Amino acid sequence: MTRDNLVSEVMNMKNEGCRFVTMSTVLTAEDAVDVLYHFEKDFEVTHLRLADQPLAEPVPSISGVYFCAMLAENELRDLFGMRFTGLVLDFNRTLFLDEEVTTVPLVNNCKITPTN
Amino acid sequence: MFKSLIKNSRAKSPWIMHFDCGSCNGCDIEVLACLTPLYDVERFGVVNVGNPKHADVLLVTGTVNHRNKKVLKNLYDQMPEPKAVIAIGACGATGGVFRDAYNVVGGVDKVIPVDVYVPGCPAKPEAIIDGVVEGLKKFQQKVEQAG
Amino acid sequence: MARTVIPFGPQHPVLPEPIHLKLVVEDEIVKEAVPALGYVHRGLEMLVAKRDYHQMIQVCERVCGICSMIHAVCYSQTIEEMMGIEVPKRAQVLRVIWSELHRMHSHLLWLGLFADAFGFEALFMQIWKIRERILDINEATAGNRVIVSVNVIGGVRADLNPEQRDWIESELKIIEKELKEIQSTVLNDYTVKARTVGKGILTYEQAWELGAAGPTLRGSGVKSDMRMLKYGGYKLLDFEPVVETAGDSWARAAVRFREVLQSIDLVRQAIAKIPRGDRDLAAKVKGNPEGEAFMRVEQPRGECVYYIKASGKKNLDRMRIRTPTFANVPPLLAMVPNCELADVPVIVLSIDPCISCTER
Repeated sequence: MTRDNLVSEVMNMKNEGCRFVTMSTVLTAEDAVDVLYHFEKDFEVTHLRLADQPLAEPVPSISGVYFCAMLAENELRDLFGMRFTGLVLDFNRTLFLDEEVTTVPLVNNCKITPTN
Repeated sequence: MFKSLIKNSRAKSPWIMHFDCGSCNGCDIEVLACLTPLYDVERFGVVNVGNPKHADVLLVTGTVNHRNKKVLKNLYDQMPEPKAVIAIGACGATGGVFRDAYNVVGGVDKVIPVDVYVPGCPAKPEAIIDGVVEGLKKFQQKVEQAG
Repeated sequence: MARTVIPFGPQHPVLPEPIHLKLVVEDEIVKEAVPALGYVHRGLEMLVAKRDYHQMIQVCERVCGICSMIHAVCYSQTIEEMMGIEVPKRAQVLRVIWSELHRMHSHLLWLGLFADAFGFEALFMQIWKIRERILDINEATAGNRVIVSVNVIGGVRADLNPEQRDWIESELKIIEKELKEIQSTVLNDYTVKARTVGKGILTYEQAWELGAAGPTLRGSGVKSDMRMLKYGGYKLLDFEPVVETAGDSWARAAVRFREVLQSIDLVRQAIAKIPRGDRDLAAKVKGNPEGEAFMRVEQPRGECVYYIKASGKKNLDRMRIRTPTFANVPPLLAMVPNCELADVPVIVLSIDPCISCTER
């Protein structure tokens, strides 16, 4: 799966009647992550993987397809400093963290400058 | 005469407020369990209130993080003088099992002065009641000093 | 009509935990709700870098103090799957017993708080009195009331002797009798119905699409319970999920109340299934975990997901926890619009929010 067909793949899952379970990310290099999307139907879990996504580049948001992905995407924004384009409800790094926190927790040696 | 009546009743019937400050819920449900029929602290005149302006004693459970430290400070400032603070559980004292995590500032005493620490993870209702009684002694001293 | 924003929380009398909602109201009618979280966020997922995978059990138990046992079961099952460890049958059954005891005390705790939220304090006290018996069982068998800490990777560290089993059975009889006594109050009382029936409706389609979990999902008529996956000791037990179809706060309360009775039955079945003779409590664990694993179990609040990646080191690379309340917040936002302001506390409580789970 690539960044370009991500939203359409997720749309397919929704049309098949799958339930969105959650998203996970795992660091694969200093500045790249694997993004995993987990879906469920009839107790079968399907995983979609967006491999080696550079942290600096924005990922298209799937919150337009599954509204509930909004919380998970905002969480990853907090924890990894990832960016999502087209988030329906954007907390801009303040879902869990406070404005005064300037480090990205799960990525080493990475600081953020406050933006308004 | 009237003044001493108020002084006495403040220490004999303290109103407590409970604030969950990033705990795992273990201590919170034990604080609530103190109010229910088995332990029933209301028989000692202890009433749980939700409004900081009514409260004499603040029970804090859990670690302080960057966001809730402002809420905690705000609640503490709203309470009328004199007041006592009781930190419950290992997290309230030092940060407990979470002390290494990035969003944890530490124990409650990093933000507001604490009078009594109750140990345990989670603290047992017996220990919490013990801590409240201990806290009341300090509270009474403060009432005396305030005159 | 002018719109006003009313803040709800973080410190609120009905909430045992801090969550903040911004409610946009027109007159008394709520039009929109925006959540603000982060008051309990500690950053547990990152602790994998500092603790080894055995120590992480203690951290996972403290994701949430109410359903601690089930978090620990989920975590150890994930590691066991990765390392290919065969858990002894006795340990699997014992895990079920403590898990179901946790489910019972969690549901009763919630029912009490729920009753308190609409001002029925007598019911609150009554339910919490019953709950104390379950905590006594926990304390007598595992040594602690709430966080029992009986799990280790590969099994459990405590056993039940025959006297304890008989005593648990007799306690369960009393609990069941006391619950039957209050059943008609919880489900049919005028006060309860007036505050819960028709409040916070979540339809079948909404529940599925918004990814609800647990009693919130089953209260809307979806037959989905992770215990149907038959993980661990559940493959030995007869089990049929509790489903209600109304989708309102009352249905969610009814699901939970009936699940308590069901858990009593499951504990009884599990006690009968404890193998005779075979006294093995935990399998030997050698080496370090490697690979990726994904595990789902049913918590009192719904489906809990652990995703773990490890690369043969003592410390795990990544642990991701998706807790049921995290999944239930979007449905909550769909329930609140067009309700009255005074019903907001009841509706918020009806998803059984566990904020320390949500934010970890």
